[in-house]
Amino acid sequence: MVRIDKNKALQMLKEASIYEVGTLADDIRRNLHPEGIVTFVVDRNINYTNICINRCKFCAFWRPKGHPEAYIISKEELAQKIQETIDKGGTQILLQGGVHPELGLEFYIDMLKFIKNNFKIHIHGFSPPEISFLSKKEGLNVKDILIQLKDAGLDSIPGGGAEILSDRVRKIQSPNKINSEEWLNVMKQAHLLGMKTSATMMFGSIDTEEDIVQHLEVIRALQDETGGFTAFIPWSFQPWNTELKRQNPELMPAGAVKYLKVLAVSRIYLDNFKNIQVSWVTQGIKVAQVGLRFGANDFGSTMLEENVVKAAGVSYRVSMDEIIQAIKSAGFKPAQRNTYYNILKLY
Amino acid sequence: MLSKIEKKILDGERLNKNEALFLFNSEDIHLIGELADQLSKKINNNFAYFIVNRHINPTNICINRCKFCAFSRSKGEAGSYEMTIEEIINHLKETEKLSGYVTEVHIVSGLHPDWSFEYYLEMISTIKKEFPKIGIKAFTAVEIDYFAKRSGLDIEQTLTKLKESGVDIMPGGGAEIFNPDVRKMICPEKISGERWLEIIKTAHKIGIKTNATMLYGHLENYEHRVDHLFKLRNLQDKTGGFVAFIPLSYQPENTDIKVPYPSGIDDLKTIAISRLILDNVPHIKAYWIMLGEKLAQIALLFGADCLEGTVIEEKIAHSAGARSRKGNTIDELVHMIRETGKIPAERDSFYNILRTW
Repeated sequence: MVRIDKNKALQMLKEASIYEVGTLADDIRRNLHPEGIVTFVVDRNINYTNICINRCKFCAFWRPKGHPEAYIISKEELAQKIQETIDKGGTQILLQGGVHPELGLEFYIDMLKFIKNNFKIHIHGFSPPEISFLSKKEGLNVKDILIQLKDAGLDSIPGGGAEILSDRVRKIQSPNKINSEEWLNVMKQAHLLGMKTSATMMFGSIDTEEDIVQHLEVIRALQDETGGFTAFIPWSFQPWNTELKRQNPELMPAGAVKYLKVLAVSRIYLDNFKNIQVSWVTQGIKVAQVGLRFGANDFGSTMLEENVVKAAGVSYRVSMDEIIQAIKSAGFKPAQRNTYYNILKLY
Repeated sequence: MLSKIEKKILDGERLNKNEALFLFNSEDIHLIGELADQLSKKINNNFAYFIVNRHINPTNICINRCKFCAFSRSKGEAGSYEMTIEEIINHLKETEKLSGYVTEVHIVSGLHPDWSFEYYLEMISTIKKEFPKIGIKAFTAVEIDYFAKRSGLDIEQTLTKLKESGVDIMPGGGAEIFNPDVRKMICPEKISGERWLEIIKTAHKIGIKTNATMLYGHLENYEHRVDHLFKLRNLQDKTGGFVAFIPLSYQPENTDIKVPYPSGIDDLKTIAISRLILDNVPHIKAYWIMLGEKLAQIALLFGADCLEGTVIEEKIAHSAGARSRKGNTIDELVHMIRETGKIPAERDSFYNILRTW
């Protein structure tokens, strides 16, 4: 299939039926993954702190310093959570903040080394906002920060903090967070150092179809340059308990119809991405299964622990067995993968 | 085969059993969905309906302990309950206070070993007296059969008495799957599929409209589903008494039949094929309590034209692990419907439109 341009993507989002984009995306997925395998990773989200300088309006997880619920994880707790993950067959931890104003590079290096010295586990950690913050705090460029984190044990970087890579939207909903260019730059530097990352998109707040297409475009352009993205993961804004919802009470969550459409158009547009992931955490298992016929080929993670989406009023919880079963009953072959999307075990 | 089916549907021709079975075995969910949506638009313009209603389950004590049910209890068992008529009235008053008004009350119940038919008649007539404007949708064919047995009346007399007491319309529950072999495994004590159809036929005959349901995703296969749907279509050809068909997605938690949840893909396919087969039934309902709000929304583009209403206090599906919330506000329903491109329409029990957005 010929690569589609921004105008075509925009037209698809605005005018095409879900049957049309669904069929196209489904065909593309089948060509890329003809064996019908749908992968998942066994991991745990560990949020080392919920203190955050960004205080994004769409987020219900952050707390200010001094708040009774504010925390920084202790090494004991960290170790315990990792051990539990390994015991349950986990291969990676997703390690993310809060961007804590007082934690410098030393804290991060210490944390990474502590993990690597004690456990054999892949660290999928931080996100561009955290790395960019460290660069500013330490007065080092992003590349040097990344080199030090990598040396200390950071294996790959999740695609968080991308939200919508449209500065118009970012200025309103996450004014303290890094801009699009900076987000892309961190990812680019990581890719150039040989680190893989994923890319995400949070849509359905105050963004328009144009913003969504812009996001897809810049991600695709960077992937052309570096090839460093493993997967793309769109999900929808969950408004409950957020400042954005308080300020815009009429804001309703994007529905599943919009989700499927965005998922399908992402699959169609991002022709240089091998993997597209469904978000069962925000959509529920049934819609995630349907998503496998709208372009996705990965079921994401079993998320033995998840805090951020839960804080925004959504908490779909499932076990690894349920994920395996859900993939099977959707008509696919479940397979556990590692962070690089290599298959570890077929079920 | 698929293109032949597509042509038939576009030409307004009916599907036969082989074609219906072919669709169930087909992977082409996008085309099946689109065809179902086209037919749905033809039948219902572009409306997607909902109703402001309240579910009341007067008791969970039931002599039929169906294996797929996590709601029922035996008499005296922990967790069993019985509601008095006064409690039912108070529940409705409370709901009216909460939402301003209630358009319909949906009453289904366990088969209580001690309650008399008179108690049910009094329940209905008291509700009608207290709330003359609320539509009463009450009692499945299974309950009707039980009332007839307990009262010594025949089915027609039983239904007539209920109608006279104030029943406006009947829900479609208890149909499960008509196939006798599957029925023996999942609900051996329940009335047969034939009996269900006979009771519903009688209701239609004396002027009571009803819904119809099909419980799928347990031990049945696609042939059983097709057979079930064709039995409904045949009856509808004779009586025209079905208002809506509601495919019910099996909820396995806390039940004796341990199977996985039907996939979202199976749910959408079943809704779409139901729409395509039941070309003579005006409405197909996506029961969001079982599907979840999100999948129910997608179902509106796969042949469904109706979401269950702003249900307050749903108990039966939630006992079996339904993951949806127990109620939905009008704003949320309107938003969900709008996103599909359909026109939100609030309805009464008979699908008269009360307002649109």
